[in-house]
Amino acid sequence: MSTAWIVVLGASAGTLLLKGLAPAALGGRELPPRLTGVMALLGPALLAALIVTNTFASGRDVVVDPRAAGLAAALVAVALRAPVLVVILVAAVTAGGLRAIT
Amino acid sequence: MLMERTTYVDGARRAWPLAIAVGGFGLTYGVLARQAGFDPLQTIIFSLTTFAGSAQFAAVSIIGDGGTAVAAITAALLLNARYLPIGLSVAPWLRGRPLARAAQGQVVIDESWAVSHLGGGRYDPRLLVGAGLTIYAAWVLASVVGVLAGEVLGDPETLGLDAAFPALFLALLAGQVRERGLLLAALAGGVVALAMVPVVPPGVPIVAASVVCLAGLRRPRVRDAVPA
Repeated sequence: MSTAWIVVLGASAGTLLLKGLAPAALGGRELPPRLTGVMALLGPALLAALIVTNTFASGRDVVVDPRAAGLAAALVAVALRAPVLVVILVAAVTAGGLRAIT
Repeated sequence: MLMERTTYVDGARRAWPLAIAVGGFGLTYGVLARQAGFDPLQTIIFSLTTFAGSAQFAAVSIIGDGGTAVAAITAALLLNARYLPIGLSVAPWLRGRPLARAAQGQVVIDESWAVSHLGGGRYDPRLLVGAGLTIYAAWVLASVVGVLAGEVLGDPETLGLDAAFPALFLALLAGQVRERGLLLAALAGGVVALAMVPVVPPGVPIVAASVVCLAGLRRPRVRDAVPA
């Protein structure tokens, strides 16, 4: 089985459980406050890690290439409260444009 | 004023603008998943079965970067871990047998969850399901269109599509960071991940960054426990 299929099946099964477990078990109980504190930080920490690795990693090397310029442009777009699609387009055009002129 | 009974259609109506935005995500996902080496069937089935944008993006970007399946699945499930507390928040309001409730839980995503919130921790199951199914349809359809669009696009690097991934995650992050603690967690997560890049295989730095959230153990009082 290819890597991609393993990912699709594994992530699907896990997500099914994560989304279905609490509704099925019901109870109406809340998580212990300490655990909700951990959960609240998980999203931002992982998203930031994804941003950094997708911008500055090339295999095991840390590099600065046109992707960094794309991210900088995206930051400006986010600061200007641009819609998500615009943020993505701005980053892609910046990185692609930089490659075209260098 | 009479209290009106909400319907599934009400949920769909409220979710409509969000579905358009989610469709934009789905389109991008379709294109980027193909670029990361997922075939059309894998790309679309992933959307059908998982229905969680950031997790799918994370998984395909890790594979595209040469990471292992374990790293990709772990990152995806960590990103989806928030659905445990979110599921707990809506659980008391869902009806039917456990399996029916679990099925309703599947259409919970950040957007449908937000739409169904009546305030004060009360949730409307019809709004939730109506909104959830609408956004689900948009997500899957847009993924298909993205796959088709990806076929006609040229070299992804020339188009700067490799810069689209971090930009997308940045947009998602901007929507989540609404207080100082969350911003600090994001910064720390980024630093940990970058420091790990030369040390471990691709994908693992992202999973490693999750240790940052253990800092949450020291914040027993969280005003807004689950991300919106």
